[in-house]
Amino acid sequence: MRFAISLLTVLAIASVIGTVLKQNEAYNAYLNQFGQFWFPVFEKLGLYSVYHAGWFLTILVFLVVSTCSCIYRQAPQMLQEMRSFREKAKEFSLRQFAHQATLHTALGTDAAAQRANHYLAVEGFEARTNKSEEGTLIAAKSGSWNRAGYILTHAAIVTICLGGLLDGDMPLKLQMMFGDTRPANSGLSLSEIPPQSRMGPDHWSYRGNVFLPEGKSSSIATINVGDGILLQELPFELMLKKFHIDFYSTGAPKRFASDIVLIDKETGERFERTIEVNKPFAYKGVTLYQASFDDGGSKLQLKAHSFAPGSAESLVMNGEVGTSLKLTRQSTPLTLELVSFRPINVENLGADIVDASTLAKLSRHMGSGAKSPTKRDLRNVGPSIDFKLRDAAGQAHEYNNYMLPLEQDGRGFFMAGLRESGAEPFRYLRIPADDEGKLDTWFALRAMLTDPAQRNIIAQRFTASAMKGDAVSETMKTKLTDTAARTLELFANGGYETMDKFIRDTVPKAEQDKAAEVFVKVLQGATWEAWKLKREQQHLLPLTITQQHATYVNDLLGSVSDSFHYGAPLFIELTGFDEVKASVIQATRSPGKYIVFLGCALLVAGVFCMLYIRERRLFLLIKDSGEVLLAMAANRKTLDFEEAFARHRDNLVQLLTEHDHGPRTS
Amino acid sequence: MDLVQANPSLLIRLKPLDWLAAFLLLVGGAYVLDLYGTHMDVYEKAILIGAIPVFIGFAWRSNGVRNLMGVVALLALLGINLYHGDLARADQTFFLKYFLSSQTAIGWMCALFFMATVTYWLGLLARSDFAEQAGTGLTWCAVTMGFTGMLVRWYESYLIGADVGHIPVSNLYEVFVLFCLITALLYLHYEKRYNTRRLGGFVLLVISTAVGFLLWYTFSREAYEIQPLIPALQSYWMKIHVPANFIGYGSFALSAMVGVAWILRSKGILASRLPEPAILEDLMYKAISVGFGFFTIATILGALWAAEAWGTYWQWDPKETWALIVWLNYAAWLHMRLTKGLRGAILAWWAVVGLVVVTFAFLGVNMFLSGLHSYGSL
Repeated sequence: MRFAISLLTVLAIASVIGTVLKQNEAYNAYLNQFGQFWFPVFEKLGLYSVYHAGWFLTILVFLVVSTCSCIYRQAPQMLQEMRSFREKAKEFSLRQFAHQATLHTALGTDAAAQRANHYLAVEGFEARTNKSEEGTLIAAKSGSWNRAGYILTHAAIVTICLGGLLDGDMPLKLQMMFGDTRPANSGLSLSEIPPQSRMGPDHWSYRGNVFLPEGKSSSIATINVGDGILLQELPFELMLKKFHIDFYSTGAPKRFASDIVLIDKETGERFERTIEVNKPFAYKGVTLYQASFDDGGSKLQLKAHSFAPGSAESLVMNGEVGTSLKLTRQSTPLTLELVSFRPINVENLGADIVDASTLAKLSRHMGSGAKSPTKRDLRNVGPSIDFKLRDAAGQAHEYNNYMLPLEQDGRGFFMAGLRESGAEPFRYLRIPADDEGKLDTWFALRAMLTDPAQRNIIAQRFTASAMKGDAVSETMKTKLTDTAARTLELFANGGYETMDKFIRDTVPKAEQDKAAEVFVKVLQGATWEAWKLKREQQHLLPLTITQQHATYVNDLLGSVSDSFHYGAPLFIELTGFDEVKASVIQATRSPGKYIVFLGCALLVAGVFCMLYIRERRLFLLIKDSGEVLLAMAANRKTLDFEEAFARHRDNLVQLLTEHDHGPRTS
Repeated sequence: MDLVQANPSLLIRLKPLDWLAAFLLLVGGAYVLDLYGTHMDVYEKAILIGAIPVFIGFAWRSNGVRNLMGVVALLALLGINLYHGDLARADQTFFLKYFLSSQTAIGWMCALFFMATVTYWLGLLARSDFAEQAGTGLTWCAVTMGFTGMLVRWYESYLIGADVGHIPVSNLYEVFVLFCLITALLYLHYEKRYNTRRLGGFVLLVISTAVGFLLWYTFSREAYEIQPLIPALQSYWMKIHVPANFIGYGSFALSAMVGVAWILRSKGILASRLPEPAILEDLMYKAISVGFGFFTIATILGALWAAEAWGTYWQWDPKETWALIVWLNYAAWLHMRLTKGLRGAILAWWAVVGLVVVTFAFLGVNMFLSGLHSYGSL
């Protein structure tokens, strides 16, 4: 008993550790978390997968054994208790009962016994009568099933644990320990995985994932074991026709469903089914679940824009999600890893509400539960891609680019996110969309502003346009041109930051604000000229001066300035896509499931017997003298029992002393 | 042969109102089945049909519950009718705006629970029967408004869209309301059964704490907004797994507060005002055994659901693991009481500690740990 309790305590503590420490993460994550010293210690203790650790399972086995021995020792006695009426009880022992009363009857032994028997039957007692030299003893009992509850609950625990052990990875562990099964490195491709990491279709208990891109088929599930994998061959071939994902208007997922075709490898039979979350499909002991979904290798059309100074080059490419492209045109070679593609992004573009008063706040939160407490403006802002740019040294930055401009304050911006590592949030470069809603103008102007030759032309045109109609000296003109060229150069070498630094370093403090204003004016004016020049070169209509275009110039300068910190020599634009989805189907074979369910049924039955059936024993010893000894016992002393004793005593007193035979009710 | 019957059979005890309740439940159930049957799958029909005798049983066992059902049905139907299928009317129609729209009704529930708590304590400290009776009345009113709010909320969810509508037991906000209601109903049951109102202040204290959380959750997190169900929750299992769990949690919370009363009494605090220790012990045991039964069923239902949704009946998800710890804790409690005959201070303290474990399983897991039950996250 003590032993079992200690085991249970250890089990509870281990379980708590398992909930606090995230289980079955990548080993690298644990290494980062615990450091070089503790990582191997915890690994040896099996803390990364507590519930599958050898010692945890050993404790479970011990518990099962200990519970079995408990049943073995107690059950015969319990069954005996259930069956026995104890009709051989003697007056002496009845006198020891805590609940007893002495009554009298004038009815005669047999009549009294008959009445008492009838009463007990109505009250739900089973009774035996035994005549001895002490008198007539009626031994009655009810609620004997209470005792069965003990056996049922303990048997249930054993059954559940056994079923669980069958389904757990104990058999696999044994195979790995004594057989030649070995998990393979998870970095390997499916075809590289050696035979000792492949399990045949007769493997009796497993839980693996089948990755199925649309239109493809597979009969292999992967099982994660520690930081390696095993391949499980399925007795059938699965083909994904189509994966459906539906959304609510809030952007929350509504339905995940896979239209699959299952082909039995033995018989060749075909089954077409739709598997959904909460709607699995079972075939030949293997149950298939909708586990998750992924990109199945969507085809992406991309355009790489160079960020090199003065370059307006771009390159059209095609890529597939999950693959990499080598980019060799720029000074340092890079690898573009296409990580993921999302066709839909729902964002809340609504603003926060500020309440005028407490009452206003109260009334805002009352009313129907359906109204949105915050202002909602949910919009699908279109597709996006995640990619990484990895240099020759293996260092990579992560990027998140949207295909369409996102509307903010009435203007469109292309959002381009950047972060150094997965742990940080994305910082976004907001590139303004031009009149056509495109990136082209931005890249063209950026190229001009960063090209020294073009900058000089722009500076001259700026002067010409600024001094138009004014009679000013050549020196003045040259000076202005120089200033414009200098401003543009500063801007081209690091954006507003370098300009700011320049002003701080060279202008007296009192005049810095004014100087900054002049610089910005010049920069804006020069940018206008650059834009005009560009349109002339492209033989487009002259640029109109509107508020919208002025805002564009402003936004452009801000984003070009930011783009100097983009951290990549090029910009990847998503221009088109052909989505291919993939479904992850979980294939499970758990023969222990029904054993566990049987155990659950036993447990419920047992708990109800133990807690809600009350065992009562009632003895009536009717002596020839007319004295009647009433004694009652229960295996649990509760207030109900006190009430029941008082009630039976009073009823029996009345019953055994009455002569009146007429029907009565109380 | 004459029969002495102290326990007249059920059918004899039934009064006309009991028969009326049964009739209305049957007719109502049949009407719903006829009206919405085409939208329900076989399990949902089974749950509806199964619920009718259960509700009739409740109505017949307790006049209070029977009357509650009647009043709640009337109020909820009134609220639903006032909507005319238009959610905006929640802020326009007088009765909806101030009484019957779900948030307002739940707001009333919160206020009434606070009032009941204060009143019960007044009654206990001033030994005023009147105040204690008022406490009982206020608690019944709170439960009435709470259930009305939940039913109206159910209807409101369908007004958002037919695909959004679902029973309001799907997130932490909704189950917190459920927890308050079930704990209060269990308390009212035992109050009548043991014929003492002295424990109201204690049990209502835990409900008030939950209400406090609910208010914080409402105002600070705006958690009450009805959200559509994610695919994992779109299952008939939710309709039985969640309520069964909360009968368990409610009972455990109740037993812990009775444990507090026992401990105070044993230390001589409020000793002359509180019921006998024997009554407190018996009540603690009853509450834990009811809670344990339902918690066992709820956990098993959860395992059955998990087998269908996640592909395995048990995967040591933090919520599952903590459910197991709660279960083992109360199994040990019952074991010690039933087979070792343990009584007194240890059991009372243990029941109180049990509430800490339950709170962690119920809230702490969602706050501090991540896992598959993340739809209940804060």
